[in-house]
Amino acid sequence: MSVVSSPRLAAGNSIIDFDPASCCLEIEGLTLAYGGSPALRELTLRVPRQRVTAFIGPSGCGKSTLLRALNRLHDLNDEVRLSGSIRLEGQDIHGPEVEVAELRRRVGMVFQAPNPFPMSIYDNVAFGLRLQGGIRKRQLDDIVEWALESAALWDEVKDRLKSSAWALSGGQQQRLVIARTLAVRPEVLLLDEPASALDPISTLKIEELIRNLKSQLTLVLVTHNMQQAARVSDYTAFLQEGELVEYGTTDTLFTNPRLARTENYITGRMA
Amino acid sequence: MIGPGRVRLARGEGPWPWLAAGSVALSLLLLVGLLTLLAVRGMGHFWPSPLTLVTLEDGRQLAGQAVREERLPDSAGRERLYLTANRDLEGDIWTWVAVAEIAEESRPRDLVVLERTRWGSFQGRLLALESDEGRVEGEAAWAALETRLETLATLRAERDRLRDEVVMPLVRRLERDSGAEAELAHANARIRELQARISGGMLLLESVDGRRIEQPLEQVLRAWRPNAMSPPQKLAAWASGVWRFLSEGPRAANTAGGVWPAIFGTVLMVLLMSVVVTPFGVLAAIYLNEVAHQGRLTRLVRIAVRNLAGVPSIVYGVFGLGVFVYGIGGSLDEWFFTDQLPSPTFGTGGLLWASLTLALLTLPVVIVATEEGLARVPDHQREGALALGATRVEMLTRVVLPMTAPAMLTGVILAVARAAGEVAPLMLVGVAKLAPQVPVDGEFPFLHLERKFMHLGYHIYDVAFHGGDVEAALPLVYATALLLVLVILVLNLTAIFLRHHLRARHGALPRR
Ligand SMILES: Nc1ncnc2c1ncn2[C@@H]1O[C@H](COP(=O)(O)OP(=O)(O)OP(=O)(O)O)[C@@H](O)[C@H]1O
Ligand SMILES: [Mg+2]
Repeated sequence: MSVVSSPRLAAGNSIIDFDPASCCLEIEGLTLAYGGSPALRELTLRVPRQRVTAFIGPSGCGKSTLLRALNRLHDLNDEVRLSGSIRLEGQDIHGPEVEVAELRRRVGMVFQAPNPFPMSIYDNVAFGLRLQGGIRKRQLDDIVEWALESAALWDEVKDRLKSSAWALSGGQQQRLVIARTLAVRPEVLLLDEPASALDPISTLKIEELIRNLKSQLTLVLVTHNMQQAARVSDYTAFLQEGELVEYGTTDTLFTNPRLARTENYITGRMA
Repeated sequence: MIGPGRVRLARGEGPWPWLAAGSVALSLLLLVGLLTLLAVRGMGHFWPSPLTLVTLEDGRQLAGQAVREERLPDSAGRERLYLTANRDLEGDIWTWVAVAEIAEESRPRDLVVLERTRWGSFQGRLLALESDEGRVEGEAAWAALETRLETLATLRAERDRLRDEVVMPLVRRLERDSGAEAELAHANARIRELQARISGGMLLLESVDGRRIEQPLEQVLRAWRPNAMSPPQKLAAWASGVWRFLSEGPRAANTAGGVWPAIFGTVLMVLLMSVVVTPFGVLAAIYLNEVAHQGRLTRLVRIAVRNLAGVPSIVYGVFGLGVFVYGIGGSLDEWFFTDQLPSPTFGTGGLLWASLTLALLTLPVVIVATEEGLARVPDHQREGALALGATRVEMLTRVVLPMTAPAMLTGVILAVARAAGEVAPLMLVGVAKLAPQVPVDGEFPFLHLERKFMHLGYHIYDVAFHGGDVEAALPLVYATALLLVLVILVLNLTAIFLRHHLRARHGALPRR
């Protein structure tokens, strides 16, 4: 691991460069526009495997846009124009041999608002597996239990797996959504402000969950909560107006940012 | 929070809440009034109302049921309308009597009412019954008549069953190929034998003013003595009258008898229409909302669909006649039914074309309702499914459509409500004044889509305006109208029940 300066960024900006072998996602020169002016400009960034990487930045800077680009959710929007490349484990996700559904299974996503389906808790967790088909009931039961355990929800719901997921509390719903995503065994988990709608206790549970999951998969977390980013992430990227301003280990970025812009934002948010 | 059951009234709001509540109350009142009118006037028709023997000042007598009273022009008196029946004696079934001229009214228990296949009802006295077994008079004649009528009813039922279930299919088979002549001859012989047992027997009747007639028993369907009946007997007679109205076919050019074929036709047509319109409407809505590029063209199509809902129904009738009946039906006849030409099979109005026309008519309703349901499914539900590796089709079928199902059913409910009451287009594409054979029977292919059918809405129109006597037809019009409302209600309740069931299973979506 070495710290080099990128020729694309203004002098003094810092960027961490991981050697490709420890990289899960490699984003290069990504520019994305919703019709008009670009929401992401020439973004280049590498996300290390089995670490938590946090994206921070002011509202509207393009964090969600970037996250959605990583599992091609923008495909649905005809207006979106995209250039540059994103590689998952060395493979271009826009390549002709890549199947979108398969890609999205490998890159799971949890949204800001909990979005369980209007089905039972069990059916929610089994949803992704049933899409793949060919899984026996026993096996399904095991995976559902494992996923709910991993999402620290099993003890709370094991007696009412058949009841509606919409009857759960917001925090439970969000953990259910995480369990649902884990059940298809993704390699990457994208979390877009997963705790912003939750109470402090649920937030802590989710944070603990994120730390625990690190051993199994790569996590990308978008948050407005600086303390949260500091608590759970290993690396942090600061974005502003669609550009990557600074990227480094969370420690460095929060304690010793290179750029005044970064420092201003962080101290402003921390206060 | 104020509960939904209460009118939100706060000081300083002025009369507005009252005005709003008042208009709701008024609409409800009108609705209840309408239903009450239909129920009382329609269902009252089947109640065996008492028969009054009226003696006038000049000694003349008449027997009838008082219908209503009216003030006489300029002079102070009133006159009363009696239903006196006996069209064969009087030439009319109504008699106006000045109230002032009535000397005496009584309700003798021996007055009888006969329901006949010719000349309508008879009201008067039964003098004697003559049959092969001899002649009985007085009270014994009444008892003999009652037993004889029961026998007649079973004989008639047997004859009709033979005709509909044995002879008619055989005749239709013979039209195509020979081989069943012996069977047919046998059945016809049975029918002739039954017919012989039905005919014979004569009633000697006397009207209250002393005129006598001989009435062939064969033409008498039912007889009762309203003034001698106890309330439970009347109730039983009323129930059986209602039942016959529901279960029998019409008689005497639709002025009497029941409306079963019309009920059946209405329900069947509406069901067929729903079966056609639902998949088309839902697919169209899915295309517009989920597949099509949301550009100007889609917006234009959407506006066009919405406006289509406002096109007068008769226009759809014209379209159905031109395209379905003459166009497609005519071609079908040329290709597949050449041996029947020139008499048309599908080239004339029928159940299929009527259902398709109404499906077209109600398509916009289903599309709009489904589209609204689809739009109410939050985008994050769709994205949630996609993010788990669902394809767009899987996302639609497993998440979005189940959540939209209640909205689709709302669309179908609206479509059914609209279609069941629609009459104008049906007159062009297949409804019949009289089609006693329902379009479903035991003969292959069981469902006869090319047949004409009866419809409650059209039946109302026909009974009200095509019979000679509007006054006599009115109770049947009310009863049929009530029935139409009930049929629509039942169809809607079924769909609402289904929707409720689905909501309970899939969870209700927040209203926008
Ligand atoms: N569907 C869309 N169509 C058009 N523009 C969009 C769309 N989604 C986002 N944008 C624009 O792209 C820019 C980046 O939006 P994005 O949602 O990525 O911001 P964000 O960093 O996630 O903000 P927040 O922290 O508020 O969630 C914004 O200027 C936004 O207006
Ligand atoms: Mg966002």
